[in-house]
Amino acid sequence: MTKHETHKKEPLMHISKRMDMKKWQAWLIRLGAFAIALIVCGIVSSILKPGSFGKFYAYLFKGVFGTPRRIWLLLQNIAMLLCVALAVTPAFKMKFWNIGAEGQVLMGALMCALCMFYMGGKAANGVIVLVCFIASMAMGAIWAVIPALFKAQWNTNETLFTLMMNYVAMNLVRFCVNKWSTNGSGVLGILHYGWMPSIGKYTYLLNIIIVAVLTVLLWVYLRFSKHGYELTVVGESTNTARYIGINIKKVIIRTMILSGVICGIAGFLLVSGTSHTVNANLADGRGFTAILVSWLAHFNPAAMALTSSLVVFLDQGSTFAGDSFRLGGSFSDIITGIFFFFIIASEFFINYKVKFRAISKKKEKALAEAVAVATVEVTEEEVR
Amino acid sequence: MFSFLREAIWFGTVYLYGSTGEIITEKSGHLNLGIPGIMCMGAVGGCVADIWYMNSFADPSKMPAGAVIIIGILGAMLVAGLMGLLYSFFTVSLRCNQNVTGLAITTFGIGVMNYWSERMGAKGISIYWVRQCFAQTFPCAGTIGDFGKLFFSYGTLTYLALAIALIASFVLRRTRIGLNLRAIGENPAAADATGINITAYKYVATVLGAAIAGIGGLFCMVEVTTSFQYSVDAAGWLAVAIVIFSVWRPSLAVLGSMAFAILYYIPSRVQVDFGEKELIKMIPYVVTIIVLIIISILNKKETQPPQSLGVNYFREER
Repeated sequence: MTKHETHKKEPLMHISKRMDMKKWQAWLIRLGAFAIALIVCGIVSSILKPGSFGKFYAYLFKGVFGTPRRIWLLLQNIAMLLCVALAVTPAFKMKFWNIGAEGQVLMGALMCALCMFYMGGKAANGVIVLVCFIASMAMGAIWAVIPALFKAQWNTNETLFTLMMNYVAMNLVRFCVNKWSTNGSGVLGILHYGWMPSIGKYTYLLNIIIVAVLTVLLWVYLRFSKHGYELTVVGESTNTARYIGINIKKVIIRTMILSGVICGIAGFLLVSGTSHTVNANLADGRGFTAILVSWLAHFNPAAMALTSSLVVFLDQGSTFAGDSFRLGGSFSDIITGIFFFFIIASEFFINYKVKFRAISKKKEKALAEAVAVATVEVTEEEVR
Repeated sequence: MFSFLREAIWFGTVYLYGSTGEIITEKSGHLNLGIPGIMCMGAVGGCVADIWYMNSFADPSKMPAGAVIIIGILGAMLVAGLMGLLYSFFTVSLRCNQNVTGLAITTFGIGVMNYWSERMGAKGISIYWVRQCFAQTFPCAGTIGDFGKLFFSYGTLTYLALAIALIASFVLRRTRIGLNLRAIGENPAAADATGINITAYKYVATVLGAAIAGIGGLFCMVEVTTSFQYSVDAAGWLAVAIVIFSVWRPSLAVLGSMAFAILYYIPSRVQVDFGEKELIKMIPYVVTIIVLIIISILNKKETQPPQSLGVNYFREER
């Protein structure tokens, strides 16, 4: 055998794609990342407020499960975040980077408030709710389909387009609120008409049920329908899609309409089912957080229920902890940010394999020795 | 008119830092949506460094202005650069999704800045003297009338921003380093095949871009706002918009920043009611969208976003 050329410089490690990861292994890695993130968050908390390491976890749970009201709030927030996450999912699966969910939700919410404002008292409550529902969906769809049309026709960069649409939506909401608020405070009070009915005394229950149904529907749509198949193919490879005769433009536009409709529903639920008023911060960054939620769940609606629960749990718990430590409301943003870093990084270890040079050399040596032993045995046998 | 233009140049500095930094980053094919968060971190870093320096003086009014400015800039660049390093570690080495990573950094950065400014407000710490140092300008500014005011009446940071933008423009268009960087942003596989060290370029471009954007955050703190409460992140998103508006050219970003600054100032100059101001504030975003649409319809090579923008490069992928 020829001697190996010694390389001047061999890379320290070698990264390769990993295909053989089992589902339970992937979730184990994510769970590990979550645990590490929690520990780091505890450490950060004890740096900002000395001696609060143990208390941080206690408050985290107390803030979420402390009272029945907080549990309801948790479920409601999970439902809202999940709803927006569901909305961005079909588009993301198609690799259409829609970061404009914030704006689409806001426009849906604005439309809902508009109907409540102008129809209030002039029609039966049921009619108003129905009109609100349809108008919200339509407005969400319109706001989403504008970037989609340009993407389909001229390949306009959708990330930047949808990002800008968010701010247009925010300013539109501020404008309308200023027009409607009669007392000059620039804040729109509670609108008294067009409230979604509540089941029994549980105000949020209907919201949660609607989102749960939506989750199942979207799961079925993505998994079993022809539409779901088509958008997945477009996301994987546009050339393949073109080859098997999928009309890419149609798929892009159709999928974004669906995205917008679900965003509109989220806006409707936020206004008619929750706050009964509208302001520019109503979506509360959910449009952005939803992207993380959806991406972490690998665009699987069922897994999204889990990831959105985690995010909301951490957010609500750390907000409570921050208030208890008198660290202010931004404490939870820091904690959530750190949490995201760890979870995002964990995806790397799920998708890629890292081989270190030192280790692989050892393995090579062992392999060479084994081969040598085997050859010796073979030659010995031949001699006999 | 002169004062209007002066304010445009002065306030445009915020956007200019952010957009120059983002252009350098995007030229390497990485869409850093963490810029708003990074600007916040830069603001915190610069102010912390200056407050630390200020505390070493018994009488803060006697601080040497040069030292304050340099320490502030270095502090901002260091902290913002670290955030850029985090971003590039995630997206270049770990190949995580760029949008997701950027948004996480924005969440974190805004959180840190709000947290820190709440603390500072509660402790009653003032950076009045630091602000005085940054406000120093050419002594001749007041003596040569409107003309002098228009050119010589800014603080150091404004001139630095212009210098950085012009240097960046020169490096990107006229040097080998710039050519390599652009090649990476357009087609990393081809650039890799020619032997360019892609990882190194991407890291340097991202960290440098973040550090530059960080100075913009510092500018917000020491020149624009009079309290700690100012939404640096809003300026960050507008900086991302200016990148498109200036079709990925730092020299055009100078004009873009001024234009956006004028649009920012119009609502406070025009006599309209509170609600209609919101409609005027919408203009920069609408204009950006229109520019985005126009460049995609024209489909000219010179005005397109870098081809591989937003896509991570993995050598073993087909």
